[in-house]
Amino acid sequence: MITLTVNGKNYQVDASPDMPLLWAIRDMVGLTGTKFGCGMAQCGACTVHMDGTPVRSCSIPVSVAAGKKITTIEGISDKYAKAIQDAWVELQVPQCGYCQSGQIMSATALLKSKPKPTDADIDAFMQGNLCRCGTYQRIRSAIHRAAELVK
Amino acid sequence: MKNPTPTSLDRRNFLRITGITGAGLVLGLSATGSGTETVENISAASESFDITAFIQIEKNGHITLFNPKPEMGQGTFQSIPALIAEELEVSLDKVTIQQTGGEKKFGGGQSAGGSSSVRGSYQNLRKVGASAREMLISAAAAQWNVPVSECYASEAKVFHKPSGKNMGYGELAEAASKLEVPKSPVLKDPKDFKILGKKYPRPDVPLKVNGTAKFGIDASVPGMVYASIERCPVFGAKLISFDDAAAKKVKGVIAVETCERNISGQKSEGIAVIAETYWAAVQGRKALSVKWDYQGYENFNSKDYAQQLRDAAKQEGAVQHKQGDFDKVFAEAPVKLEAFYETPVVSHSAIEPMNCLAHWQEGDRLEIWTSTQVPGRIMADLPKMFGLKEENVKIHTMFNGGGFGRRLYPDYVYETIQLAKKIGKPVKALWTREDDTRMGPFRPMTFSAFKGALDADGKAIAFQHKVISPTLDGRKDYDKSKADGTMTEGISEQKYEIEHMKNLYVHHYLHVPVAAWRAVTSTTLAFAHECFIDEMAVKAKKDPLAFRMAMLTKDSDTKTLIQKLKEVSHWDKPLPAGWGRGIAQYEFFAGLGGYVVEVSKKGTGVKIEKVYAVIDLGTVVNPDTVEAQVQGAAVMALTAAVKNGITFEKGQTVQSNYHNNPLIRINEMPKVEVHILANGGPRIKGVGEPGLPAFAPALCNAIFAATGKRIRKLPFDINNIA
Repeated sequence: MITLTVNGKNYQVDASPDMPLLWAIRDMVGLTGTKFGCGMAQCGACTVHMDGTPVRSCSIPVSVAAGKKITTIEGISDKYAKAIQDAWVELQVPQCGYCQSGQIMSATALLKSKPKPTDADIDAFMQGNLCRCGTYQRIRSAIHRAAELVK
Repeated sequence: MKNPTPTSLDRRNFLRITGITGAGLVLGLSATGSGTETVENISAASESFDITAFIQIEKNGHITLFNPKPEMGQGTFQSIPALIAEELEVSLDKVTIQQTGGEKKFGGGQSAGGSSSVRGSYQNLRKVGASAREMLISAAAAQWNVPVSECYASEAKVFHKPSGKNMGYGELAEAASKLEVPKSPVLKDPKDFKILGKKYPRPDVPLKVNGTAKFGIDASVPGMVYASIERCPVFGAKLISFDDAAAKKVKGVIAVETCERNISGQKSEGIAVIAETYWAAVQGRKALSVKWDYQGYENFNSKDYAQQLRDAAKQEGAVQHKQGDFDKVFAEAPVKLEAFYETPVVSHSAIEPMNCLAHWQEGDRLEIWTSTQVPGRIMADLPKMFGLKEENVKIHTMFNGGGFGRRLYPDYVYETIQLAKKIGKPVKALWTREDDTRMGPFRPMTFSAFKGALDADGKAIAFQHKVISPTLDGRKDYDKSKADGTMTEGISEQKYEIEHMKNLYVHHYLHVPVAAWRAVTSTTLAFAHECFIDEMAVKAKKDPLAFRMAMLTKDSDTKTLIQKLKEVSHWDKPLPAGWGRGIAQYEFFAGLGGYVVEVSKKGTGVKIEKVYAVIDLGTVVNPDTVEAQVQGAAVMALTAAVKNGITFEKGQTVQSNYHNNPLIRINEMPKVEVHILANGGPRIKGVGEPGLPAFAPALCNAIFAATGKRIRKLPFDINNIA
């Protein structure tokens, strides 16, 4: 048994230590907002925060996540996350929406570390999150909008 | 707003539950328009009578609208119910939207593809809403004993104009449901629209920013197990034998079973490892030992296949379209040119991998949850495939984590249903990204051979586009005397007035599963077609836009579109040194779109500076969604133009995941300015696809303008224009 702390709650999961954190979150903890896209940290759909840092949960063994504070899309609630989510709705960013949990987790972390990001900052920070629908232009605009909303 | 996962209501339950909550209006409309259906004869559910039921109004006022068009990012979760809600006079944010699951009562259009959702539903679903509105007004007028003409509907209420009294739809539903459905309901004047034509927020967006939107991959039922399926990496191979002893020793693995995949005319066997967790299934799969018979396909590779297509181009081919006397005019023309264009195989690469949850229940009942573009087709297939009765099947059409044409093919659904039947437990089968990248189906490569001729004044007088490709149905015994319509789509539909034309098709078989991809064959043919038109303009020493306009003397949507492109891109304004601009347009079954792209020279490559898009719709339902769709289509077109795509070696797909089959990332995204033409017109055109085809040729024409380098083969390296 491994103890995971997800969104402030402790969960006992019967997972092999090498199981990626993603599957423990989705299939054992039962939070499905975090998505599977590639399994090798290429697409960012599985992005969660581990002790406040965005990580690709498909490539983190669950044993490494034990004892760390994991935050998923279902658990983000600070002013940065709220601003990002509000801006995402205001600018109607998602299309199919599948990658957007990951986009929002990354964008929230960006805003926290850089409250007024430039386009270049956004491009650099958000490069790890693929969107097949091509919502990138609105993601950029929404991050700028969120930066205004936080103020 | 709820997720599009219906609760487990079959047709009878649906009516019964409506009854429990106090009966109401369940509006049925005959697809044949005879218009006499009431709740009573809907519940009779005559097999021969095609009845649909898109609106449910409960006594407590709660309204559910049923959406037959799967949502995959193209916005049908808003645009389709909007058609009903507008006429019904209800606010979209006060209703529940529920996806249909292939049920007969919702008719034959339960699929999303071909950019057909809005254009196929625009009149019919408005009529559904308008009929219900008229019935509710009649019910209120009768109750108040006033003329119908003194009543109107607004915000889910009927008002009596002179007295100001009103009643909610919930109170009126039962009485309204007993009235006859109007034969020809009066549709609203577009100037009174509150939803249609407006930038209206999509009701699925809030669910997609907080993780609560449910995609196929998110479905679960108690007792569910997971499957990961090993398939032969060599296309066309057959299974000889497998050893699952080691796989079964992996903790959590509970069974190993075979299943059959059938797609695009290709059948293949898979070996599924079924386990208590997905991770255990994947580990078990790695421990399988399988012997395949490659059937001689182990030496197949893209390089040889491309050469075969080039060789096949020497065949005359089947005539797809002919006008004037091309052969004679071309032979005698004072100025002529020829060119050959090539495009690669590409993958759909939706970020949500293929998946399905299948649950067989007692009495041969089947319930499935899946991300699909075609619930209607699945419902139609299941009786013959599995001997099921339609009324014993429940399909939950989930949000699609991308479709792009891939989810028109339910191969992954039928594999899962087979497995669930074999082991007697609910099974969720989930593809890995590697499965998704390697196994196809893919957009096939198409090659194009052109001939063009100009008269002495530089006017286009003869034109030929010959397409060389396999077909999407994967037919080996293709009748070579015929030109395949899908593989030549659009090449004879362009409005350019060229007197002598002979377009041709040469078939060349491919045993790899191929499929429709967003904008289908227009995604490759438009590149070739519109770049060659540009070559003709250059040969004629004419401005590429003016050259096109000179071939558009008659009024057409294409002419209007090019004029609009000229205006919004400031075509005549000189660009800085080292810059170039290119134009392209393409009209095909889904609609009409065009681009002007501006690039600048940057080192050995180019940078995309500005992208102007114009899409012609005739009528627009949600301009905000249209803008997003066109921007997204540009990104997808750019990926297909400059990223490496799919290649084959040793009978297998070379690429496996996003590291070697990359997509455009945010830092590579150009700014796309979208303009919508919605000036009415004879037909409503599609949204999802027409933003795609013209992008690559506009880009390549811009690159020629900036660098003098003509790109005739995709993909190309945008940072190193050879």
